[in-house]
Order: sequence, then C-alpha cells, then structure tokens
Amino acid sequence: MSAEKPDTALFITCLADLFRPAVGFATVKLLERAGCAVDVPMGQTCCGQPAYNSGDSTSARALALQTIRLLMDYDYVVAPSGSCAAMIRLHYPALLAGDPEWAERARALAGRTWELTQFLHQVMKYDASTDEMPEKTAYLDSCSGLRELGVSDAPRALLRGSVLESGDSDACCGFGGTFCVKYTAVSTAIADKKLDSLAATGATRVAGGDLGCLMHLAGRAARRGLDLEFRHVAEVLAGETQSPAIAARDN
Amino acid sequence: MQRNPAAFNANAAEALRNADMQSALRAAEQGFGAKRRKSIERLPEFDALCDQAAAIKDHVLDHLDVYLERFEAQVFATGGMVHWCEDAQSARAKILALCQSVNARTVTKGKSMVSEEIGLNPFLEANNIRPIETDLGEYIIQLADEPPSHIIGPALHKTKDQVSDLFHDHHRKLGFPHRVEEGEALVGEARAILREKYLSADVGVTGANFLIAETGSTVIVTNEGNGDMTQIFPRMHIVLASIEKIVPTLEDAATFLRVLARSATGQEMSVYTTFSTGPKRKGDADGPDQFHVVLLDNGRSRMLATSQREMLRCIRCGACMNHCPVYMAAGGHAYGATYMGPMGSVLTPHFDGLARAQALPFASTFCGRCESVCPMRIPLPRLMRELRNTAHDARLTPARERLWLRLWSWIAQRPPLYHRLARMGLPLLGRLARGRGRFAWLPLASGWTRTRDFPAPQGKSFITQWAARRTPEK
Repeated sequence: MSAEKPDTALFITCLADLFRPAVGFATVKLLERAGCAVDVPMGQTCCGQPAYNSGDSTSARALALQTIRLLMDYDYVVAPSGSCAAMIRLHYPALLAGDPEWAERARALAGRTWELTQFLHQVMKYDASTDEMPEKTAYLDSCSGLRELGVSDAPRALLRGSVLESGDSDACCGFGGTFCVKYTAVSTAIADKKLDSLAATGATRVAGGDLGCLMHLAGRAARRGLDLEFRHVAEVLAGETQSPAIAARDN
Repeated sequence: MQRNPAAFNANAAEALRNADMQSALRAAEQGFGAKRRKSIERLPEFDALCDQAAAIKDHVLDHLDVYLERFEAQVFATGGMVHWCEDAQSARAKILALCQSVNARTVTKGKSMVSEEIGLNPFLEANNIRPIETDLGEYIIQLADEPPSHIIGPALHKTKDQVSDLFHDHHRKLGFPHRVEEGEALVGEARAILREKYLSADVGVTGANFLIAETGSTVIVTNEGNGDMTQIFPRMHIVLASIEKIVPTLEDAATFLRVLARSATGQEMSVYTTFSTGPKRKGDADGPDQFHVVLLDNGRSRMLATSQREMLRCIRCGACMNHCPVYMAAGGHAYGATYMGPMGSVLTPHFDGLARAQALPFASTFCGRCESVCPMRIPLPRLMRELRNTAHDARLTPARERLWLRLWSWIAQRPPLYHRLARMGLPLLGRLARGRGRFAWLPLASGWTRTRDFPAPQGKSFITQWAARRTPEK
C-alpha cells in the first residue's frame, strides 16, 4: 500500500451498475477526493445476495468465490451499499467457514471491505466541510448497513448534521430483496408506513445508502404521487443532484 | 383467514384490508416498542442479564436429560407426577385421561401456548369436557372462536370496540344486559363471569414459563392473577409445558424473570409470579389434591441435534414479533400456525413440517430487528436462512422462483455475458421509458409494478461507461 493513495476497488453493486450509474461516478469522485487511487475491476457482477437469501447456497458460493478472486488484491474494497458490503464482510466468511482453501481469503477480504460512508468517515477521515450543505434531507437507514455494519453516525456526519430525523429511522422499509416481489402486499404496506414517517419530517429529499431500498420507496412514492425525491447518499455528498432523481421524469 | 402457513400471502392481504386489525396492530406496535425501550433504559445491566440468561439456557440444552430427570425426581418427591409425552397426540390423550380420572366436566385454563400447539381445547370439547380460558385475552378469542394472534397478547388484533360487541353478544344472556365500553368495565364483567367458573371447575390447566429442576417447581407469570385462581381451586392442577422450559435453580429463574417481563411488556415484573411445588400439603390452606406435569417434546429434542438448537433458548417474550415489520403489517393470524412472527417462522417448520410451512421463513425482510431485540440472543435471520436453504434444496420453493434465481446466478457467473446483456438490454429499457423515468408496468415484473412504479435505468451501465472512458487513454 502506498502511504499516499490506498489502492481501492470500487464494487459498484449490480443495482447501481444497471440502474443508476450516477452512483458509481459520484462514488469514484468521493473516493478520489478522499485520497484513494480508485480502480473498477471489470469482471464484477453480483455479490450473490439474492441467491444467498433465497436458499440457493450453491450459486451464492460460486459468486462469492468469483468476487473474492476479483477483489482480494486491493488495499480496500468499497461498495455504495450496506447490504452488499455486509454480504462480503459477514456472509462470505460464514458461507465459506468450512472451506480450507477459501475461508482464510474470505476473512481477509472481509477485513478490507467497507460500506462507502463508513469508509469515507472512519477510514479516510473525509472532510465534508467544503461540500455543499444539503437541505431538507432525510437519511434512509438501510437495515443491513445499520444492524450488520453499524452504519448510522457516518452518513449523518458526512451530511453534516443537516439530516431530518423520523422517529422510526431504524424500522425496515419493506424492501428485503426478493421479499418485495414475493410478498408484494406486505412489502408495500411497510413501505407506506415508512413513506408516511419520512414525509412527516418535512423532508423533500431522501438520501440513502442502498439502491434496493431507494428504488422500492421511490417507486411506491411515485405511484402514490408523493412529492419526495430519492437519491443515493453518494450523489448528494458529491453534489451530483442535477440528474433526475430515482424514478423521476427527465426535465 | 386460513389456518395454513402456505396461505401466508392471501392471509396477509386479507389482514391488510381489515381496518380494525390494522388499527389494533398500529396501537400495539407503538405501545410495545416504547415500553420496552423505557424499561431497559432503567436497567443498565439488562444486556449483561440477557447474556447470562442465554448462557444458562445453553448450559441446560447441553445437559437437558440431566435437568429433566432431576426435575422429575423433585416433582415426585413433593407429591406430584410427571408425564412424558413425545408428541401432541400423546399429550392430549394424557390430559384427557387425567381429566376423566376425576370425572371432570369443566376445566379452567391459564394462558398456555403449548396448549394451542397441541390443540387441546377442541380435543377436550370433542370429549365432552368444557375448557374455559381465564386469561382475559384468551377468554376474548375463545368467545370469538379465533386462535391467538400473538403469544403474549392473544387478542391483540381486536379493538376495544370489537371486544365491547363481543361481550355484549355473549354476556347479555348471563345477566349483563348493557353494552359496556370502558376498559375497566369490560374487565369487571369478564371477572365476574370467570369467578364462578373457577369455583366450579374440576381441573385447572396452566402452562409454565419455567420449570425449576432444583425444586420441582413450575413458574407462571400473569398480569391478572387468573393463573393462581385456575390452579388453586380445582382438585387437580395439570401443568402443560415443553421440555426446553427447564432451568437449573431458583436463582436462575430469578435471572430469567428479570429479563422476561422487561422484554415482553416493559414491566419490571409481571403482576403475579406464581411458583407451584406439588399438591396441597397437610396444613396448607388451599391447593389442589393432585399435581401433574405433562412434559411435551413434539420435535424439540430433534432440534437439539441441529444447527437450529438456538431456537430452544426462546422464552416466549414476543419481542421479535413486536419489532417485526412483517408481523406488524400482516398480524399473527396470517402465519396460519400456533406461533407467529420471526420465532414462529423458525418453529413452525419444525412442528408442522417444512413442506407445509416453507413460506414462513421467507416471510421476512431480514431487517434483523428481531435478532437485535431478542433477549436470548437467538440469531433469527440466520435460522430462517438455514430453513430457506433446506426448502430450496428440497425443491419446496416455487419452481418459477428457483428458475429465475438460477438464470440470474448463471448469468452473473459469466461476467462477459452479463455485461453484454446489460449493453443490449439497458438502452432498450431506456427507450421504453421515454423520459418518464419509470415504468407503471413491466413484463414479468408484476410482483413489483402491481403497487410500485419501477425506476427506469439511467442509460448505459456503469461498467460499460467506465470501460469506454478508460479505453481511449490506454
């Protein structure tokens, strides 16, 4: 590792790669501003979480090995997602615990893998004080980030305390990966509760760390005709808020 | 609502359309969460107590045979009897035989989820013995002919208004002509009616929160004192309990009691904590002539040998369901089983079979709040995930879902193909969205678009754009 610029891999996550590349560019911008040498390994696809949470551990394992092989040589791996980072950090080691060849590598990668805001705040000591101060913004905690990685203070610190808080910020939004299409009615009811409490904060913008939760809530808010804008926290922190928000129409 | 875990989705949809149930759930969610938080704030050592209690359970589970036999010996030494029952059917038969041995016609019952698990009430009724529930919540749902929707608040799904109607319907003919609405008046009415039943019952059946190996005592906690009345007045007291309820000593029981009420209702202690040791002795003012403990296994000893054994630490406080977004939207009846919420989604597959209950371990967003509030440190999401694995590998999950998953994983394991498909598919989707930024409908995505718009992709994938940016430089 060069003392100056740590060799940092961006694990873009499949949702950001396919649906919101702006998150990737914003993340690169933030990481470079924080002093990282950023690389985007081209062979990356999906971390295996859908398979892992749906009981298909064989596929999950295959994707874990593919991802470990691709990312094992970097100083750091950063993902703009709490749930994908938690997949690598907590679940790869669990999935491969009994594997003599891969257990050690899984643990080593886990120790170097970070969720974006936590990495910026805790590892790179990123100073956001010159960034534009977001207004009327609520932060959407995602459950994996919050409870599996403890992502809570970092995004709030980076947003410089300008965050509007709802009373139930630790409550799930109802996304839950495949849960949201398997149990549509329940997932939607939970989303509605979450949207109501977000709207009650007076926020006009919701920034979150996980695109799954954001797409689910933005899609529901659009269907209900709510006047709330949803963006990934990386876009907000990087000041990249000119493009249409998630599920919003082109201007 | 169907009493079938496979109907979870349909049941949940029905519950979501039921405005009374939704308002009752909303009140419960707010009440439970806030009360629990406050009571834990007042006890700085709560977390340490939880660790200690979980460690005691682990120890007991490691030596369950020893403690169960010690418990049996102590019950016997104090004049009681222990009956070992492998499954629901043998437990029902044993209880019926005990009731018939004293020619019982009515049985009063304290709240017992194990009695729900073995289906005791309908069985007794079919054998001409009338069971009378004495816990207020259980009494309400017995009148309504419904199963409990929550392990500590069986009638949690009912509003006060609904209870008023129900009481008015049933109590009118018992000398209570007026419909009462106030909470205290409702309780008073139920109390007056139940008081007579206590005195005329032949047998009292209670559950147990704990069984104490050291003394042969059984412990129940209630807030109404109905447990005491149920077990003191009749000639025979039957305690129905599952084998994992055992704790080694009285002191251990005290550790659990400090955790249980706080985690369940936010109380420091339940209003009544009752220790029962054997039948009435010479010189006792009251108590039953006979004391029987029916010990139920029903699949638990099988769980001991698996990676699911942590579930046996559960002390039935209900915190997991009180903090579960799915439970609080769908309500307890949606699970179609005795136990509901996260703990039920783990237990039901073991009791009813995974083939019948495979939908339940999937009925979780894996938000992890259940694990974070569980005082027994049960890794509920991990246990549900293991059940999902078993269900998937046994092909119990819907074939279409497995196919989609396999296809996605197959493509994701071939990065060049994955990125080529992204290059081809995304512009197409983008054109379809035509600047609207979202889709109101997408083929094969109705599970999403039925209630939500689907956000349109921004354009080319990130990897495609990144590759194009870097290539000219090299």
